[in-house]
Order: sequence, then structure tokens, then C-alpha cells
Amino acid sequence: MAVICDTAAEAVRGVEDGSTVLVGGFGLAGMPVALVDALIEQGAADLTVVSNNAGNGDTGLAALLAAGRVRKVVCSFPRQADSWVFEGLHRAGKIELELVPQGNLAERMRAAGAGIGAFYCPTGAGTLLAEGKETREIDGRTHVLEYPIRGDVALIGAHRADRMGNLVYRKTARNFGPVMATAAATTIVQVAEVVDPGTLDPESVVTPGIFVDRVVAA
Amino acid sequence: MSLDRHRIAARVARDIPRGSHVNLGIGQPTLVADHLPPDSGVVLHTENGMLNMGPAATGGDVDPDLTNAGKAPVTELPGASYFHQADSFAMVRGGHLDVCVLGAFQVSVSGDLANWHTGAPGAIPAVGGAMDLAAGARRVFVMMTLFAEDGTPKLVPACTYPLTGLACVTRLYTDLATFDLGPRGAVVRETHGPTVAELSGRLSLPLAGGPARH
Repeated sequence: MAVICDTAAEAVRGVEDGSTVLVGGFGLAGMPVALVDALIEQGAADLTVVSNNAGNGDTGLAALLAAGRVRKVVCSFPRQADSWVFEGLHRAGKIELELVPQGNLAERMRAAGAGIGAFYCPTGAGTLLAEGKETREIDGRTHVLEYPIRGDVALIGAHRADRMGNLVYRKTARNFGPVMATAAATTIVQVAEVVDPGTLDPESVVTPGIFVDRVVAA
Repeated sequence: MSLDRHRIAARVARDIPRGSHVNLGIGQPTLVADHLPPDSGVVLHTENGMLNMGPAATGGDVDPDLTNAGKAPVTELPGASYFHQADSFAMVRGGHLDVCVLGAFQVSVSGDLANWHTGAPGAIPAVGGAMDLAAGARRVFVMMTLFAEDGTPKLVPACTYPLTGLACVTRLYTDLATFDLGPRGAVVRETHGPTVAELSGRLSLPLAGGPARH
């Protein structure tokens, strides 16, 4: 059952050095900024971060990168007008990049969460991003073998949670949250509001509480 | 006369069948939305997780939780839906999108696409959903200028930039002409100013077709 935490600091307790951390959000929409700030305070280092972007502006994920805690970023879209923190670190050789097509990023985490050992997909076939990967002809098309991405921890943002850990999201801030929630050993969620069981319409729950370990209103 | 980017966008919009599900790539392709007739029934997909996306949001309508794939604030239209990334890319990769419109650095006459990486030393590439769209949308349109600012052709016999997808682009819309691409090479559908012979010369490419001239 999900644990409702009083503070973001309590919610991120125990994240170990060297962990793979899935960080929700598409840009800042859905980015769990309070959890990321708490992780900076908590001090875990040598992290591999999996997120769609590599930090925007100076807050959230960008702040974690700037604090020097991240060894490697796995993402689809690191280069943007406001991605100066990542670019500086990458050019200085201080951070590694694994670039993954956005659909593969989502599906590889979905696979991890669903117990799928690997999957074949045509995305990227014949490109640099498929180099060295196993391929197979299926229905006359080249498919590339892709493996799951599993997190030790997921930090995600949602709109509301009930005390069972059921989650609903808001508009396009949903993005990677529901997928990442399934793909990590420990899923930690920042919400705007925690409500009593029975308050959320069961038909509208997007992430069932079984996928959620810790929740904090922040 | 050659077309500016708004007129290229209008030209693309004219070829999008009524009622299509369409993804518009970030940058110039987003302009296509401005030229879809109000009764087109076209449903716009944005890969960060929404169908029936509306126009850009302004003033009090700006909501940080509601953006397009370029992270610009947008609005929702009646009948909109939200979904997570795995579902969004099931739509893209599962062949559910009728059309996507992308920008490009280079396109080859057989429809290879290069739009994610210049391959320059030190360049930080960003791919986003481009490879998924190139592989998964039922029809892939590209809109771009036909020549780079230095005059280099962007429609080429074979791409020199790293590829996004192979043999995926079926239609190329540019300022100077519209082309069908495929195994037969580039076929001119219409030109905007130059003759097919002039284009063929400037591109150093054999070009088939060449009916309408505007």
C-alpha cells in the first residue's frame, strides 16, 4: 500500500548512489520539481536519469544536473533553447548521453513495467540509433530489438492521489507519469492534493495504486 | 512565384484529407494548422499526449499543464483526449496516424529523411518522436525550403546527414515545387516559379513529371 509522506524529503529517503532514476515530465509539464529538489538535498550521486528531456532552464532536472549528481542521461530530446545546463556539462565531458527515440523510451519503460523481456519495432531501423542492435525481418520490414528500461526509483508528478495511491493527472502533464510508475522498483509521486479513498471516480483512475509506493502533496 | 513558409503550409493543408488524424512536427509544420479549413474535421495529435489539440493559448488561457510537442502553450478543442506516452506512441507506431508533416535538413529522391542530427563534431542531436513518426505514420509529408541558405540543394540523390528513416517520405512540399518521392525517384507535381528543366539543373537531379506550373 502506498505511504503518504509529510514532506518531499521523507518521500525521497533512501535513494542510493548509482541508482537509475526515472524522472517524469515533458519539459516542465509534469516535472516533479519538489521531489527533484528534495533529491538534490538528499545527496544521491552518480545517478543515471531517464527523462524525455535533459533539463529545461535552471529548475527541476536541470538543477539536479547542475548539482553534479548525474553521470548519464537517457532521453529523447536534450537540445533545446533552454537546455544550457546539460549542454555545458556534456561538452565538458562531465555527463554521458544515450539518445533514445521517444516512442522507444516510452515502450522500453512500458516493457519493464509489464514483464516484457524485449520487443522488436521498426523505429530507427537503418539509422545511427540502431547501430549494433539485433534486427529481424518481420512482415517484410526491418525491426530492431529493444530492451526494457527499468528504474530503481521513479519520481513523477500527478494531479491528485487518494490514500490508496490511485492517481489522476492533468492534461498533457500526464505524459510519462503512468508509464514510469509501472517501471521502477520504488515509485514516488508528487501531487497537488491527497484525498480520501472513494473521492476519485474509480472509472477515471489513470494509475492504480498498486504501482505507487510513496506520495507527497507538494 | 516561390512560396513563403505560410503558403507552403497552406499548400500542405490542401492535401490533408478531411477527417484525418494528423501530427504536425515542431517548427514550420505547426503552421499547417492555421490553414486547415474550420470544417476539415482534421484531428491534430501531439505526441506529448493529446488528440484534438486546439490553437496556441494566449493570455488567461495559458496553462503550464497543456502544451504541444514544442512545449508551447496550446488549447483543447471539444472532443479532445489526453493519454500517456506509451499510448501516444502506439498511435504513432501502430499506423493509426493518417499523415505526419515534418521538417528536414535533407530528403533523398527515394524518400529517405534526415532531420535529427547534422552529424557535425560536437553537435548534440535531439530526435524526439521523429524516428517513430517516420516509421509509423501512414503518410509522411515533409515541408522545407528546397535549398539551404548557402544554396546547397536539400533534395538530394542520397542523404549525407544521418538518417531519421529510410524510404519514408512520400511527398515533399517546398518553396519552389512539390514532389512525389519513391522508388521511381523524384516526380514533380507542380512548380512555383521555375520550370522543371531549371529545377533539374539547379538540383543536378533527373526529375520526372512536371505538369502544372504556378
